[in-house]
Amino acid sequence: MNALDVRELRLRLPGTARPVLDGVDLTVAPGETVALVGESGSGKSLTSRAALGLLPPGAVPTGEVLVDGRDVLTMDAARLRELRTGRAAMVFQDPRAAVNPLRRIGDFLTESVRLTGTMSAADADRRAVELLDAVGLGPELMRRYPGQLSGGMLQRVMIAAALMGDPVLLLADEPTTALDVTSQAEVIALLDRLRERFGTGLLFVTHDLGLAAAISDRVYVMYAGRIVESGPAEALFEGPRHPYTAALLSSTPRLDGPTGRLAAIDGQPPDLRQELTGCAFAARCRYATDLCREEAPALRPAPGRPGQPAACHHPLEGSPADV
Amino acid sequence: MTFLRFAVRRLVEMAVTLLGASFVVFGAMYLAPGSPASFLLSGRSASPAALQAINEQYHLDDPFLVRYLRWLGQVLQGDFGRSLTYRTDVSGLLADRLPATLLLVAMALLVVVVIGLVLGWVGAVRGGATDSAILVTTTLAVGTPSFVAAVLLQGLFAVKLGWFPTSGAGDGLLDMAWHLTLPAIALALYLIGMLARVTRSAMLDALEGEHVTVARSRGVPEREVIRRHVFRNSLGTVLTTGGLIVSTLLVCTILVESAFSVGGLGQLLELSTTTKDFPTVQAISLIIVALFMTVNLLVDLLHPLVDPRVTLGSRRSDA
Repeated sequence: MNALDVRELRLRLPGTARPVLDGVDLTVAPGETVALVGESGSGKSLTSRAALGLLPPGAVPTGEVLVDGRDVLTMDAARLRELRTGRAAMVFQDPRAAVNPLRRIGDFLTESVRLTGTMSAADADRRAVELLDAVGLGPELMRRYPGQLSGGMLQRVMIAAALMGDPVLLLADEPTTALDVTSQAEVIALLDRLRERFGTGLLFVTHDLGLAAAISDRVYVMYAGRIVESGPAEALFEGPRHPYTAALLSSTPRLDGPTGRLAAIDGQPPDLRQELTGCAFAARCRYATDLCREEAPALRPAPGRPGQPAACHHPLEGSPADV
Repeated sequence: MTFLRFAVRRLVEMAVTLLGASFVVFGAMYLAPGSPASFLLSGRSASPAALQAINEQYHLDDPFLVRYLRWLGQVLQGDFGRSLTYRTDVSGLLADRLPATLLLVAMALLVVVVIGLVLGWVGAVRGGATDSAILVTTTLAVGTPSFVAAVLLQGLFAVKLGWFPTSGAGDGLLDMAWHLTLPAIALALYLIGMLARVTRSAMLDALEGEHVTVARSRGVPEREVIRRHVFRNSLGTVLTTGGLIVSTLLVCTILVESAFSVGGLGQLLELSTTTKDFPTVQAISLIIVALFMTVNLLVDLLHPLVDPRVTLGSRRSDA
């Protein structure tokens, strides 16, 4: 059974012309690291939050979001609470904002399992100290306030907190964006180590394709609420098939790549108030034809690369050098 | 800075401020039109000899500074002089009047805090029609001066329905509480509105915090999310408002006590001001200033307990 199974997830927000998520399919196997990559507004955070049943107010979802085989979208409040204290947990982007500055670290770590009666206070404290140790922090932090910790330390606390309920699925929403570079590397390494140790499926949400390729087994690229390409991290990185993936890659600075100006992607992602016909990326794509503007491409595997489907009428066949 | 050092420093500051206040209080009375002598004679024309006798008895011919220092020395020994109206020691007068005022302020404060917090909480959390109803009610409350509320309450509950006495302070704690119920409500009404609005907006602010979403995403039950992450985070603002509330209570008690003839400090202040009973006015003014400053000191000392980001001696309340 998969840690996360998203099937045909569609999400409509009030006052918008098109679904903000438009048929998203995605799986995370137990112990697997999967990256979900896209620009701001692509729906990547929305997808990951849906796995916890955290939908924006007024959102109307269809499809299925199965965590450990159980559909989150049909859960009542009690089931959702059970899911959130146990099987699934999220590491948020900015630990400074995510942790209440007025409560002690120990309180933050233990509050969810304590208040739901999942664990006794003593057990929760013991587990919290264990997990602090697992993320490389000492037990003395239990009595500290968030303001006394650095951002990197606080994000470790956040990760420890996410592991309190022994989840099968860990969602990480840009967990390194708010941190300095050194802490970033540490947090990434830590997440990877913990995933291995606890056998947790990890969905890593990021806008950084390079980072995604470095840490994950598989990558999903998202654009305007749709998955436009997916595949093994390395294959996608070396030979992107969707022009958007290729454009993302060439707009990311690389140490081994050519120096000089980075290629920005012209234009803006499509507005939610505007209905879409055809491929969402057509307006910004240099390969777009009339077909692209009229008919939305389905996610199709290429003849030679079955594990790397792309939603494109004119997929790229070569390596990124040809783009 | 340690708690003790901070507390000591603030106490010294308070003593210095109180000294300044005493000078102003004493001086202001002598700037006011009319003299104690003319009050004592109450309009009768007196022989120069009688006038001089009075001036001598009350040391009215001494230089201002000498009179001030003599008065200050007596005050420091707990002697506020003799009331010109009642012909008794002011300190004894105060001791008689203080309990009613303290009970009145305490009852009003209790009502303000309980009802104000509950209304603010419910408004912020429920939203919708409940919130609108609370907003309208509290706007009305904030717009009603305490003396108007006093007259309305008196007319309805004391005169028409006869549930409460119209005036007086009563004897014994229970009887006093019964007598002071209407005055306390009159005193509280405006402040309930104010506290409810402050609490509501502080909680709405806190509700926006990402840590609230995070707590929900971790399965913390909604009531606990509100209590631990929304209400708790609004307490700093509520505490600061609390200082203002107590100060306002002390001032408004003058009006309400007069309306209900409670016979507390407030009413005494009003009476002695109109009759130019200088020693009594000075004593009560000084006590009110001291109470003001004590409340502010308490708020400052409590702040670090409510918000760990606030260190003693420096107020920081962003985020």
